[in-house]
Amino acid sequence: MTWTWFHRLGSPPYVYGLARRLTPWLGWPAALLILGGLWGGLALAPPDYQQGDGFRIIYVHAPSAWMSLMVYTTMAIAAGVGLIWRIKVAHAVAASCAPIGASFTFAALVTGALWGQPMWGTYWQWDPRLTSELILLFLYLGYMGLRAGIEDTQRADRASAVLAVVGVINVPIIHYSVTWWNSLHQAPSVMRLAKPTLPASMLVPLLVMLLGFTLLFGALLLVRLRAEILTRERASSWIREALGA
Amino acid sequence: MNKAQSSALRALAAPEWEPTIGTPALSSFEAARGALRRDLTLAFRQRGQLIQPLAFFAMVTLLFPLAVSPQLGRLREIAPGVLWSAELLASLLALEFLFRDDAQDGTLEQYALSGQSLTALLFAKTTAHWLLTGLPLALMAPLAALSLGAPASAVPGILLSVGLGSVTLSLIGAIGAALTLGMKRSGALLSLLTLPLSLPVLIFGARATQLAISGETLVAPLELLGALAVLGITLAPFAAAAGVRISLE
Repeated sequence: MTWTWFHRLGSPPYVYGLARRLTPWLGWPAALLILGGLWGGLALAPPDYQQGDGFRIIYVHAPSAWMSLMVYTTMAIAAGVGLIWRIKVAHAVAASCAPIGASFTFAALVTGALWGQPMWGTYWQWDPRLTSELILLFLYLGYMGLRAGIEDTQRADRASAVLAVVGVINVPIIHYSVTWWNSLHQAPSVMRLAKPTLPASMLVPLLVMLLGFTLLFGALLLVRLRAEILTRERASSWIREALGA
Repeated sequence: MNKAQSSALRALAAPEWEPTIGTPALSSFEAARGALRRDLTLAFRQRGQLIQPLAFFAMVTLLFPLAVSPQLGRLREIAPGVLWSAELLASLLALEFLFRDDAQDGTLEQYALSGQSLTALLFAKTTAHWLLTGLPLALMAPLAALSLGAPASAVPGILLSVGLGSVTLSLIGAIGAALTLGMKRSGALLSLLTLPLSLPVLIFGARATQLAISGETLVAPLELLGALAVLGITLAPFAAAAGVRISLE
């Protein structure tokens, strides 16, 4: 088995071209899936017998929350690869992940709060999942803050990579300690989000949205990655050719 | 650089200029012990600094009776939260002393070049830091708890939980301090990096303190605090060493 495909992924011009070619292949399916999922979730799925139409925010909330964790994991893996094999492109991937992940986390928090208002009667409840999500937002902000605080790109890459790896070890610990904390301090929430096994008419749009959000992340990542590579390689000659100037 | 510093450095340095070639004069353990002794000696020569985190801890504790209510009954309820918030903030403040001086006068660079295991040396530095700030804070926490209406029977439990928890806090802090080394104004960033990672310690520590105050057994949260400390001792020095190397580049 040859490793040339892997080695080529370390080359900024190659990855730049690859990202440009792949973006529509992820972006268009993402758009179609999200539109289809929204139609299925908002129009086709029946109202919940307890929550009425209020539950429909799950079609944005759950995929955002799912993505917030997946992006962090992707970021930490990319950062680890960059740290171990010293691949600049991997660091560029990690750097591009952070703002996307922070946005998904923020979206999950906002939709969670909006959902909380009709269900719990309050915008904010110290629910373990919401609290973990808030802590995750701070982890993202810390990562971005550390990057912004170090001027030299290579040092920023490696320092933030250490932080991302430390963070990803801590995410499960934080999650379980918060769950434990909450079960000790509070009566169970009014609304258990847990599965009273969703019927297919509700579940299928959710899965479609999940897939759509995952592809959306891929497309956004590729666009950001291209911008990141252009910024980093602004002194190189291949940029002139790639941009056709 | 004063006398104690330079002699300690000489002891640490490998005999050859090219440090990675040939065996260092000292084993990692001896080098780490030397670094530990050096840090303790230096700290005792500037005793004034050691008081600052303690005074800060006492000051934060004082805020709550003034802000909430002087009734001991109400204070006893919030005592675990007050103690652990003060502990987290004081340990954050104390992180400033961990690497700053050694980064400024080049000691850390010498450590990195000495051919000794930087992980072991930083572990020694973190241990010294815990002995100088974490342990005194743990000894003071029961006093603060008593002033907030905790019964005397809670003293051993509080001592243990703060003592164990502060080990992990020092180790997490070492990673944060290593990564922000050399930045001019790193205070706010350092808190943003270390506080989210410290939350499990806060949760289990406050729980242990609460159980100690209400006179129940606190074995379960203490065991979890111990587990976190062991995990920190195992992994954090490597991350701190990586951070210091990156910051020194």
